[in-house]
Amino acid sequence: MTLEVDDLRVYYRTLKGDVQALDGVSFGLRDGEILGLAGESGCGKTTLGKALIRLDGRMKHVGGSVTLDGQVLPIGDDVKMNPYRFKQVSLIPQYSMSAMNPTRKIGRMVRELLESRREKLDLDELHARLDLVELPKDVLGKYPIELSGGMKQRMVMVISTLLNPSLLIADEITSALDVSTQKAVVTTLKGFRDRGFVKSMIFITHDISLTNQLADTIMVMYAGKLAEKAPASTVVNAPKHPYTQLLISSLPEVGVRYADKRLTGIPGNPPSLLDPVPGCRFRDRCPLAFEKCAEDPPPVEVEKDHVVACWKAA
Amino acid sequence: MLKLDGVTKVYRIGAFGGQTMTAVDEAGFEIKPGEVVSLIGESGSGKSTIGKMVLRLLPPTSGTISIDGRDVRQMGKRDYYRKVQGVFQDPFSSYNPVFKADRVFAMIREVYFKGVPDKEWTAKIEAALDAVRLSPGAVLNKFPHQLSGGQLQRLLIARALLLDIEYLVADEIISMLDASTRIDVLNLLADLKQRGLGVLFITHDLALGNYISERTVVLHKGRIVEYGPTDAVFEQPEHAYTRKLLASVPQLHTKWEDAS
Amino acid sequence: MKAEALYFAIRNTKLLVGAGIILVLLGIGVIGPFFIDKPPTEYVGMQMQPPGGEFWLGTNTFGQDLWAQFVHGLRTTFLVGALGGGIAAVIGMVVGFLAGYKGGWIDEILNMLTNIVLVLPTLAVLFILNAYIGVRSAGMQALFIGLTQWPWAARSIRAQTFSLRGRDFVDLARLSGVGSGRIIMREIAPNMSSYLLLTFILLFGGSILIASSLDFIGLGPTDAVSLGLMLQQAHQWSAMHLGLWWWFVPPGAGITLIVGALYVANVGLDEVFNPKLREL
Ligand SMILES: Nc1ncnc2c1ncn2[C@@H]1O[C@H](COP(=O)(O)OP(=O)(O)OP(=O)(O)O)[C@@H](O)[C@H]1O
Ligand SMILES: Nc1ncnc2c1ncn2[C@@H]1O[C@H](COP(=O)(O)OP(=O)(O)OP(=O)(O)O)[C@@H](O)[C@H]1O
Ligand code: SF4
Ligand SMILES: [Mg+2]
Ligand SMILES: [Mg+2]
Repeated sequence: MTLEVDDLRVYYRTLKGDVQALDGVSFGLRDGEILGLAGESGCGKTTLGKALIRLDGRMKHVGGSVTLDGQVLPIGDDVKMNPYRFKQVSLIPQYSMSAMNPTRKIGRMVRELLESRREKLDLDELHARLDLVELPKDVLGKYPIELSGGMKQRMVMVISTLLNPSLLIADEITSALDVSTQKAVVTTLKGFRDRGFVKSMIFITHDISLTNQLADTIMVMYAGKLAEKAPASTVVNAPKHPYTQLLISSLPEVGVRYADKRLTGIPGNPPSLLDPVPGCRFRDRCPLAFEKCAEDPPPVEVEKDHVVACWKAA
Repeated sequence: MLKLDGVTKVYRIGAFGGQTMTAVDEAGFEIKPGEVVSLIGESGSGKSTIGKMVLRLLPPTSGTISIDGRDVRQMGKRDYYRKVQGVFQDPFSSYNPVFKADRVFAMIREVYFKGVPDKEWTAKIEAALDAVRLSPGAVLNKFPHQLSGGQLQRLLIARALLLDIEYLVADEIISMLDASTRIDVLNLLADLKQRGLGVLFITHDLALGNYISERTVVLHKGRIVEYGPTDAVFEQPEHAYTRKLLASVPQLHTKWEDAS
Repeated sequence: MKAEALYFAIRNTKLLVGAGIILVLLGIGVIGPFFIDKPPTEYVGMQMQPPGGEFWLGTNTFGQDLWAQFVHGLRTTFLVGALGGGIAAVIGMVVGFLAGYKGGWIDEILNMLTNIVLVLPTLAVLFILNAYIGVRSAGMQALFIGLTQWPWAARSIRAQTFSLRGRDFVDLARLSGVGSGRIIMREIAPNMSSYLLLTFILLFGGSILIASSLDFIGLGPTDAVSLGLMLQQAHQWSAMHLGLWWWFVPPGAGITLIVGALYVANVGLDEVFNPKLREL
């Protein structure tokens, strides 16, 4: 196991109380595994990604543990986490394309970043990796605005994997890209794993069709909790959790026309994570809900590698 | 009928506009009432530029845009916006974060419905919200950050409906929404077209374009490379670029490797 | 959002301390003169009196009441600060908003103007103006400071406006038939309100400093007393050598306190408005 997350709880402190954005999530990640993390906007995907590398000022580690390559990560301690960042765990944050410093040439930015980590720049290795993602060497002499969105995204990917971290977390890195660039980016990520630049990866997106192209396992979250986790093909073809089922059936595919087959969304909104009522958090929107759902459904392994948190599925 | 004829946009870039960049090159197509036209192309191909020119947020460098044969430049902006409205990609950037979300309605009222009594106005808003299936209690009097992306986008469509519009420019309005909300907004557009609205549906997601549109325009580096009924474009794409785009669409049940 | 800002404002010690000092000094400057019946330049008593019961801050070598001068000086100093800072803020806002929102040639012309004023040798201009016009009231001083201090404010407001202009809600307002002026005032400015307040505070403090140094080199108003003028006179009449510390310490401390408190309050306000700096 590369990564072992056990009952992780991370809340946001706000004036109105704690937002329970990550409320008891457990999962493991094997060497070489790519985990697709999916779920509605606001279900805690980014929170989970950030929790594994850096809690921002508002976030509070309430409970649970994270183990990476046999070591327990001190995720609640910003300073003690420093040696792990970038070298063991690396994160490509949401909107990172637009977060590159516009006043620095890219090459200089890379050098400064490595210096801040007290690492030497291996120029040959960098060039080899640029080659791999089909970026010309002269991008290093350019400013971020001179690159297209897809080029910037690939550059960020190269930078964040330069030190061969064990775990790479990619947060919605394809959402702003068009389909052909998305494909190139996803193919590159796969190549990184195959060449061993990263051991394992968490790929966050709400585009399930895209996750399925890349991920070995898909984990679906709902309102701060794990809803279902299974091999990608199982999630896509035989999901057991009612939320996953509805989610999958609402995806349009090329060939499906409104006039022939009207798809439907999931009525209702997710619950507020400030003080959520106990019980299954999908209850208000679930077509199968029954009395028992007033209790929290525990995640149960219904078959090998297939975990579902639903009273109806167990 | 909304018609674009040889529309070109050249941006001046660099200090003092020393360089130029042709973002849209001689684009021509039309949108009939009651139909959805998809405008598809990769990032930077000029889709938003076309949308903004149709919305008169940018002047075309050359070419004409006309409605029922009348050049839109002859129409006053206020009258024009009564007929043509737009919704943009990022629901959170479409609202001024320091004000309540329903201010977008108040702005319309100030300009177009000054004399309308409160009661009539409330009824009008309720009708528009009903058309986009939002309940007034859930969305009125709230700040943008208290609403979901899907709710915000639907509010913007409701805002456009207050004006009895004939055409709507929808620039990537669903790419920031999550899967289950996307389909709700798409279905809403499809319902509106049945009520006679013409929609310019800008997207880079071919599956979505295919789902609701009658006709499809494929844009590549500012040029139209394919234009025709959606079925034809999807089943027998003529241009190599269209074929490449189609092959890149992630399909739920097929992997890229298996397809090629 | 407003409520949240208030919540943090009343818990921010920097802001409270800074604003408290300003308010106390402002109070003295505004109300104080009403309790002093004689003009501050009148010779009221013994010369070189140390602080005491009759003359709280003592008297100078001419027998003028230094407390009266201090109180009136505070008033002038605040007036020049508010007026100069206000004029600079208004010009900076007009130029910054127009350049940032309109772009194109308007931007280029305004940018040129900003750069010209920025490199203008302010002191030389002031000497020349002085020689030709010769009007030296506190109001003129404030006007001059206002007219020369706006460029950096204009620049940063332009940059912020420029980035806000690209946001979709501005396009949406245009699609609602709203005109440019209203878009600037009602869509863009409210988004920068905290920033505009901070800019004004910095300009206010800056104006007071500039006014004091102008006073000190003898370019101060001739019709009023200000803290800077008190310092200048103390210097001119060798208060330091004569050991008349009560002549130069109060005005020096006053200026330092006002400007220091403004900057501390500014840092506090920054923390209140900027969630990233907030301590929870
Ligand atoms: N700084 C914060 N303060 C309070 N609540 C927050 C904060 N950041 C996030 N939240 C809340 O925590 C929950 C989880 O947010 P998170 O960003 O992890 O969602 P996400 O799954 O990444 O969504 P998206 O798909 O929109 O990126 C949301 O309900 C959100 O409102
Ligand atoms: N204001 C501007 N000044 C100069 N160039 C511009 C401006 N706006 C857009 N461009 C350029 O024009 C081209 C077309 O941009 P446009 O925004 O229309 O693309 P798009 O198809 O909407 O892309 P996306 O899918 O990323 O939204 C791009 O190369 C872009 O860099
Ligand atoms: S536990 Fe109950 S409410 Fe929750 S998903 Fe299962 S059936 Fe639905
Ligand atoms: Mg996120
Ligand atoms: Mg666009």
